[in-house]
Amino acid sequence: MSRSPADRPGGLPMTSRRSILRGALAGASAFAVPAALAACGKSDTGSGSGGSTNKNVTFGSNYSDDVPKKAIADVMAKMQSDKGYTVKVNTVDHNSFQENITRYLQGSPDDVFTWFAGFRMQYFAAQGLATPIDDVWQTIGANYSDAFKKASTGQDGKMYFVPFYNYPWALFYRKSVFEAKGYQIPKTIDEFKTLCAKIKTDGMVPIGFADKDGWPAFGTFDQLNMRMNGYDFHVALMAGKQSWTDPKVKNVFDLWAGLLPYHQPGSLGRTWQDAAQGLVSKQSAMYLLGSFVAQQFQPADLPDLDFFAFPEVDSQYGQDAVEAPIDGFMVSHKAKNVAGAKELLKFLGSADAQNVYLKSDPSDVGANKQADASGYNAIQKKAATFIGGAKQISQFLDRDSNPTFASTVAIPAFQQFINTPGDIDSLLKNVDAQAKSIYAAGN
Amino acid sequence: MTSPPITAQAQTPAPQTTPVRGRRRLRRLSRRDIPVLVVLLGIPVLLDLALIWATTVASIGLSFTSYNGVTAIKWVGLRNYEQIFTIYLPFWTAVRNNLLWLGVLGLVATPLGLFFAVLLDKQIRFTRVYQSIFYMPVVLSLAVVGFIAQLIYSRDYGVLNSLLGRGSHPIDWLGDSKINIWAVLVAAVWRHAGYVMILYLAGLKAVDPALKEAAVIDGANERQTFFRVVFPTLRPINIIVVVITVIEALRAFDIVYAINSGRNGLELLSVLVTANIVGEASRIGFGSAIAVILLATSIGFVIAYLTQIIREDRQ
Repeated sequence: MSRSPADRPGGLPMTSRRSILRGALAGASAFAVPAALAACGKSDTGSGSGGSTNKNVTFGSNYSDDVPKKAIADVMAKMQSDKGYTVKVNTVDHNSFQENITRYLQGSPDDVFTWFAGFRMQYFAAQGLATPIDDVWQTIGANYSDAFKKASTGQDGKMYFVPFYNYPWALFYRKSVFEAKGYQIPKTIDEFKTLCAKIKTDGMVPIGFADKDGWPAFGTFDQLNMRMNGYDFHVALMAGKQSWTDPKVKNVFDLWAGLLPYHQPGSLGRTWQDAAQGLVSKQSAMYLLGSFVAQQFQPADLPDLDFFAFPEVDSQYGQDAVEAPIDGFMVSHKAKNVAGAKELLKFLGSADAQNVYLKSDPSDVGANKQADASGYNAIQKKAATFIGGAKQISQFLDRDSNPTFASTVAIPAFQQFINTPGDIDSLLKNVDAQAKSIYAAGN
Repeated sequence: MTSPPITAQAQTPAPQTTPVRGRRRLRRLSRRDIPVLVVLLGIPVLLDLALIWATTVASIGLSFTSYNGVTAIKWVGLRNYEQIFTIYLPFWTAVRNNLLWLGVLGLVATPLGLFFAVLLDKQIRFTRVYQSIFYMPVVLSLAVVGFIAQLIYSRDYGVLNSLLGRGSHPIDWLGDSKINIWAVLVAAVWRHAGYVMILYLAGLKAVDPALKEAAVIDGANERQTFFRVVFPTLRPINIIVVVITVIEALRAFDIVYAINSGRNGLELLSVLVTANIVGEASRIGFGSAIAVILLATSIGFVIAYLTQIIREDRQ
């Protein structure tokens, strides 16, 4: 077991502890720590005038891929040059970071850490593992829409989260393929089914699909559920307030089972990257994924990529809801330099910081209203309009629901459904029993 | 320099006082022996208590609770166990897979390893080369074996489907939950057979050739010589091999984790423990209950095996 990926996370608290020690020694500003802690209690930014302000902030990052990692480094360099703060970035592999979050936050977390909006943020805030940042929002709040503000608010009504960027989930396709074959963008589910059937007879895979990692199928479920039962029902179901045995949920799976023959077969052995390659190589005509699918395209092919909203199922709900997960930042409850952490968050919530980050990112959209859209490519521009026009914004199944439920119940259940779509009733009965137990236990 | 007088001191009072047995035995230890004994025995005992027994007892205790790693621990009695046995679907798949793993390693990989060892022991040509080839996978971590398995089995770009000429109707070796466990077991056997081979090879080298000669002179054929004479002398190796096989089967983890995080037909008990405790889930009580079940199973095997050995030794 010593070399298994599961052991890698173990290195995480150690690195951060060491770096904090190093930071404390190097900073030689141990006196500033109690001051900062005291400031935290009064939720007072307290920086500036004192002269003894601690300008060292630690930052726990899950931006572990090369491109985003470099982009974050650029952002922190700007923080250094604009505000004079030195930010020490501790980068941890994306998945390991998520898996270890509970232990990380209880150990020696960094002052600021990367996280996700929605229930997943509220869950950790409710456990007292995050510091409220209402004062940061007084500074940055005017630049964020209500949807973002709502997604950054904890269950206790306090603010805990600063949004950085988000990205929409939609059906991606290549314009050249649709043009060559004369396909029309489907508006309703019936048109969508007709199109799928036609694509299949044309010898292509209608909908690219991969679910080896378990989470991509969440995206399909979210779209179907929101189109069929509306955003409110979806969010209530995610929060454990609706039953999975409700006939409404069964209808979603029935509809999905009808669409499965149009999905790329063998999905449970495939990663999303491989499925995206199917879209790149024109073997698949469409692919339901987040706009990060653009990362798999060569810059030359990128202008050919386009997307459309998942078609309407019930006219009552139309195409109102958009799934657009928000990534951002929080302050840990054990932050050594709370005042500095808040200064960093104010900066990260500014259009300046987001502009620096988005320069190297072909698929995400800045969360700040003032973020400079002039550098956006076609996908980003369309995504910004798409999200802006949404009546409701959902996060994602594993961000809108309890993390235990998503990882230990929903993933195996959805994979089982994809394997044997016939037995929906007993599957949902089981999901419901497990969901009730997990939500009742509160963990 | 100081030791002679101390031993002298310790020895002299011994004959004078001969009361209780226990006391007499204590007196045999010099003043210096006692601290040395306390340190040399005490540290391992403390480490054993702290690292093995305390954690085991803690796991058992936690298995009756609901705990997310942050908020207070709640006592829930047998609820975790009840849920594992009734509604937690991956559990029974994992039990089946662990048993399958044990069965295949024990009934396929181990005899295969023994067979390789016997062949290579015959000093055939290039024996060293074969030896290295069979032993090579053992050097690889199971996680690496998992990655190799993906390259071979992948539905879209795997070697196996092209070799079978199934380009247009590829078999989803790792994605199809009905067959993926068998595909993975082939990789596990590949590795385990080499391991067993090396152990038996070492054992065979130690067998006295005179025994074989004697058997041949007595008119035994090759098969009889092996099963009646050579194999029984390998008993110590057999014990090691059985123990290793059971351990490997119960602790199997890396290979399935590397392939698909141990989901969709590749569930194992060890993976479920990790998924519940280590993941973002932090369902510590529930995961502990699975760990306790795994512990009970392992102890079951150990006890069954040890009683067997002790009984044989007495006869």
